[in-house]
Amino acid sequence: MPELGKYAFEVLSSYAVSLALIVALVAVSVWRARAAKAALDDVEKRIRKDG
Amino acid sequence: MASVWEYANPKKFIDTTDRLLPWVAALAVVALVGGLIWGFFFTPEDFRQGSTVKIIYLHVPAALMAINAWLMMLAASLIWIVRRHHVSALAARAAAPVGAVMTVIALVTGAIWGQPMWGTWWAWDPRLTSFLILFLFYLGYIALWSAIENDDTAADLTSVLCLVGSVFAILSRYAVNFWNQGLHQGASLSLDKEQNVADVFWYPLVVCMAGFGLLFVALVFLRTQTEIRARRTRALLARERLS
Repeated sequence: MPELGKYAFEVLSSYAVSLALIVALVAVSVWRARAAKAALDDVEKRIRKDG
Repeated sequence: MASVWEYANPKKFIDTTDRLLPWVAALAVVALVGGLIWGFFFTPEDFRQGSTVKIIYLHVPAALMAINAWLMMLAASLIWIVRRHHVSALAARAAAPVGAVMTVIALVTGAIWGQPMWGTWWAWDPRLTSFLILFLFYLGYIALWSAIENDDTAADLTSVLCLVGSVFAILSRYAVNFWNQGLHQGASLSLDKEQNVADVFWYPLVVCMAGFGLLFVALVFLRTQTEIRARRTRALLARERLS
């Protein structure tokens, strides 16, 4: 861990907030992508089955 | 050589981005993690700003992507207005939340960095204010897409909003030069070696900017695929209800 001196709180909180936002954005994007793919697969399967 | 307009075909877009996505995402992770570790652990303190200079590896790439995301949305919106390609309108929609998050990161890290350097979290400085307005435009853009049920009408209206908001995307980049006042300093990055940040900070910063850029591309690919699939699902369900 580098010596951050009197600005440790500022530096660490910047990294914590930014990384949390990036991880949340990626997680939501992946979750929505999977949900949209599953929903489309379901509808297409049902339409094929019903003819 | 394939025309770029081939990617206006949703199936072609999904097939191509499916192949590219793992590579772009892997490169984004390598550049982002590598750049941040390099900047955080292996760069010295600045003689004036102390260890707060390490915030530059988040603040500058996020601010850059906040502006560039809007410019990408502008290009996609213009393509929608002129050529009516649905994929371009959906790509603009997909990019907006990514740009909004980048704007929040730039604003928050800027406030945290500003407090010890300027003695205040916030000032109605031209660059800070134009960035805040850009963030409000992002929120308005996202809300407008959600508020309108018809996809084509939503694409039309959000494209117009995007054109108007572009003024603030450009202002947030050049506000310091236009007004030459306020707390925020001029551009940290310059082709002039005298004005640019020192090499020891510059090299990891370039890697972080590449990482943020690649992350943006990967997320836009993924989120555009999501929008295309969601639109197809809505169309199939509507057709099913009618039959």
